[in-house]
Amino acid sequence: MSATEKPTAGQGWVGQAIRRKEDPPLVKGQGTYVDNMRLPGTLHAAIVRSPEAHAAITGIDVSAATEHPSVTAVFTGEDLAEDFAGPIPMVWDPPGVEIKTPEHWPLARGEVKHVGQAVAVVLGNDRYAVADAAEQVIVDYEPKPAVVNPEKALEDGSPLVWDQFGTNKTHEWGIAGGDAEQAIADADVVVERRIVNHRTAGAPIEPRSSIADPRGDGVTLYSSTQIPHIARFILSGMLGMSEDKIRVVAPDVGGGFGAKLQVYGEEALMVALARKLGRPVKWTETRSEHMATSHHGRDQIAYVTIAATRDGKVTAARGRFVNDLGAYFQILTPFIAELGFPVAGGCYAIPNIKLDFVGVFTNKFATDAVRGAGRPEQTHLIEVMMDQLAAELDIDPVEIRRRNFVPTESFPYETPLGIVYDSGNYHGTLDKLLEHVDMDAFRREQAEQRERGVHRGIGLSTYVEVCGLAPSRAVGPQGVGLQAAFWESAMVRVHPSGSATVYTGASPHGQGHDTGFAQIAADRLGIDPQQVDVLHGDTDQGPFGWGTYGSRSLSVGGEAVGRAAVKVQEKAKRVCAALLEAAPEDIELADGKFQVRGSPDKSMTMAEIAGAAHIPPQELPTDIEPGLEETSFYDPENFVFPFGAHACVLDVDVETGKVEIVRWVAVDDCGPAINPMLIEGQVHGGVAHGIGQALYEQIVYDDEGQLTTGTFVDYALPTAAELPEFETDRQETPSPVNQLGVKGVGEAGTIAASPAVVNALVDALRPLGVTYMDMPLTPMRVWQAIQAAQGANGGPPATEQGREVDSEHGRGASGSGPASPTEGGGA
Amino acid sequence: MIAAGFEYAAPDSLDEAIRLLGEGGEDAKLLAGGHSLIPLMKVRLAAPTLLVDLRRVPGLRGVSSEDSELRIGAMTAHAELADAKAGLLATAAGQIADQQVRNRGTIGGSLAHADPASDLPAVVLAAEGRVALKGAGGEREVAAADLFEDYLTTAVRADEVITEVRVPKLPGYGFGYEKFARRSEDWAMVGVCALVKATDGTCEDVRVGLTHMGSTPLRAGAVEEALRGRPLDAGRIGEAAEQAAEGTSPPGDLNATPDYKRHLARVLCRRALAEAAGVS
Repeated sequence: MSATEKPTAGQGWVGQAIRRKEDPPLVKGQGTYVDNMRLPGTLHAAIVRSPEAHAAITGIDVSAATEHPSVTAVFTGEDLAEDFAGPIPMVWDPPGVEIKTPEHWPLARGEVKHVGQAVAVVLGNDRYAVADAAEQVIVDYEPKPAVVNPEKALEDGSPLVWDQFGTNKTHEWGIAGGDAEQAIADADVVVERRIVNHRTAGAPIEPRSSIADPRGDGVTLYSSTQIPHIARFILSGMLGMSEDKIRVVAPDVGGGFGAKLQVYGEEALMVALARKLGRPVKWTETRSEHMATSHHGRDQIAYVTIAATRDGKVTAARGRFVNDLGAYFQILTPFIAELGFPVAGGCYAIPNIKLDFVGVFTNKFATDAVRGAGRPEQTHLIEVMMDQLAAELDIDPVEIRRRNFVPTESFPYETPLGIVYDSGNYHGTLDKLLEHVDMDAFRREQAEQRERGVHRGIGLSTYVEVCGLAPSRAVGPQGVGLQAAFWESAMVRVHPSGSATVYTGASPHGQGHDTGFAQIAADRLGIDPQQVDVLHGDTDQGPFGWGTYGSRSLSVGGEAVGRAAVKVQEKAKRVCAALLEAAPEDIELADGKFQVRGSPDKSMTMAEIAGAAHIPPQELPTDIEPGLEETSFYDPENFVFPFGAHACVLDVDVETGKVEIVRWVAVDDCGPAINPMLIEGQVHGGVAHGIGQALYEQIVYDDEGQLTTGTFVDYALPTAAELPEFETDRQETPSPVNQLGVKGVGEAGTIAASPAVVNALVDALRPLGVTYMDMPLTPMRVWQAIQAAQGANGGPPATEQGREVDSEHGRGASGSGPASPTEGGGA
Repeated sequence: MIAAGFEYAAPDSLDEAIRLLGEGGEDAKLLAGGHSLIPLMKVRLAAPTLLVDLRRVPGLRGVSSEDSELRIGAMTAHAELADAKAGLLATAAGQIADQQVRNRGTIGGSLAHADPASDLPAVVLAAEGRVALKGAGGEREVAAADLFEDYLTTAVRADEVITEVRVPKLPGYGFGYEKFARRSEDWAMVGVCALVKATDGTCEDVRVGLTHMGSTPLRAGAVEEALRGRPLDAGRIGEAAEQAAEGTSPPGDLNATPDYKRHLARVLCRRALAEAAGVS
């Protein structure tokens, strides 16, 4: 079946904006999150964490904590050395490239390399008591110089994070196609910028939480994770346990955003402690622990060069990237920046591309995947650079995009880096955007507003992203070298009465798989989505699966569901054919019934067929086994490449520097919709996330490596009040890669959004002389940029971190209480 | 995010609250709405041994209008104040944090906590309000000008309870309130409130309060001085507002250097004065 054919459909559930099946229990407070779970005899864990960014541990005195009446046990890293068979693994082993990889244990051994590093664990019967007792663990530290700035870390004579490596450089990795150097040398115009993509947090509303429950010689780990099966695989190695003795369950998970695409030391620690003590052990991170020790994202300095002809045709793009990886690696840390390479060059036909990545150790927590993971960085810089080039050449930003788009007739399009964009129609989404946004009218309005002192700007982002992770041959050991594969599994079981259960290896944490996957299965089974239960997140249920991240679940996991359901449908047709005395090829599924082609009066429902498959009313042909259950393991042939066009309209209060987004229009193309409402939700959330990075959110460490954004007071996650209404529209260009024709949409909004904001700001402020700004576009930094452009005495130019901290009161961003941006009562 | 242990009492009379507070000593704290104290406790920057909760104490809630002043019970929630006919106070209260906080946070708690980044302290200061206190030693009144002594420090004694806030009605005054924050729910990076009384285009009286420009809420005396008795026009307001940061030493933080805050104070002061004077 080609992608453009209608699916073998029953009742056309695919494409309908049906409400999310998973919501009623969640909105009624009946969800099951790990921290809500109460197991008899549970010990609570509190973790003693390093206040130092870099230090030798010269002594740990646990005596006072051990004597606390509620404390059962206290362990240090040395105490548990025998309980771990291996450290936290990092799974990228690129052919021909050595990555300096430090050992990373759940509890520090002898030294600490970042603030928040786990040093000891205190266990007891009461969560509050262990928090008290943890404060009584006395750790002696001998501080060492901290390395915070990744570029300084690469300079000769910099203090070292790891003495044994003799350098702070972790690795270099590069890829090139064509001859970018020559094209740059030959170009009419060359534009160069240094673009900082700052560090951010995942910040899901539900923090991490784990309970390890020992049962016989095995352990069940309930954990708030995006990857239960991978977690089991990795934990078995770390703990030296047979995989079958570990069960990992991800119950309801309250968001992840990549921060739970991880196997953390605390998860392994809970399992080790549960085995050691024979009791359930539970740990839930506090929000401050999350900010310090759940992996961060981005943190890249890019030196970008774009070469073009005088009429605006881009001939080359070159990037040198310095990536701040922190002190230790989590599972994918050094790979994340490189993961953006398939969309270097964006949606433009750029013949020469060269990318060189350098990883750097610093005394910070690890960076790893946060929504977009490498693609936001590449998209941000190419989209910002297109506007920079447009300004340089005095060409309209719309026009310069059109001149460079990969032509619609060129798909599948192979980039100079050997990546094949599956399908696209970039002019189409831009055309549709411009139906919503009348650019001529906007420019007139903008001019009028400027006369009245209102500085309004518009910014475009015409993005393409790569998702559907992933064709295993491209990213696995045979490809770029991840020691993993990225197919997905689905098992579809039709019960004797005709309802069905779908087991997926994907592991949702808010996306809506229960609904979307049910729609896919329902159409192929001829039943109602309400009769399809979608199970996930339990390694004891259904086959191995690779989890949910990288906008992969629908195009890989959903495709697997579709394929398994088609297998069931084919078997159902054979059963039906036998009972109706017809040929299997004459049975069609239409209007929710399996009927003999041309004789609609001769038909059976799925319930009737399922009953017969389980309890045959007559003898069935011997080649039909009983039961109605099929499994699919689907490994995609290629990535998928969703795309779209977004426009951001914003106002800048040039006296204060404050930015207000007044309009957002998003036209996205992620292939045919399974459920348009789920897409819309993902676009809203994704854009909010991108706006968050562009205007508000930033993880900041000071020069000594202290984390200064340890709570939501200082880490300014935007709220609904900060966000505009989102105007959304779609185009549907099917992917030839999978039978559903679908692409992904979970990260698209985030990837699209940040350059649109920056481009809009520059558009607003260009008359004042502001030609470029790094994110985050905080009021002070914007004001400073205006001052600097105007040459006024307005204080120092914006620093990278946008700060000049006066610690007089040691207070946070804008209030005294570091826990919550609230105010009011306690006298 | 996990508070240290503490004792808790919820007495049903003011006298009992005062007695418990006295017995609890230095480490006893009153609990009103709890939206400043509890976050501090959860990160263990505050660790009181005893919380005396005022929620059952009668007579501490509501806004009443006496002859020349508004009397606001100390346990009146920001949301109630925002809905009251209370001019500048209502406007400022309506901009505190978010609705959930306004439903719980109280004016007495806000003044007693004395966070210079909070909205109400500078407003009560500018309006020349007073607080009524009751303690083991009896009742007294303290003017707002004498209440705020330092960062999170007031003239309220350890065994005293703020029972009421008394603010003159200031008939004939226009007002403006300019709060600048990154997010709507944030504390003010800088805030400026202005009260202006004009007669025939001349400034008869003016009061300007500054939020988060020092370790306490402040009056912008130089601005007031520059405008009082002068014609009110955009030019004069602009000139006067240039002095809004005079004599201040605002604390810097991640999002605002002292210089930037002084700049904001001047801009916001001009806007607040223009609003208060009805001059555009």
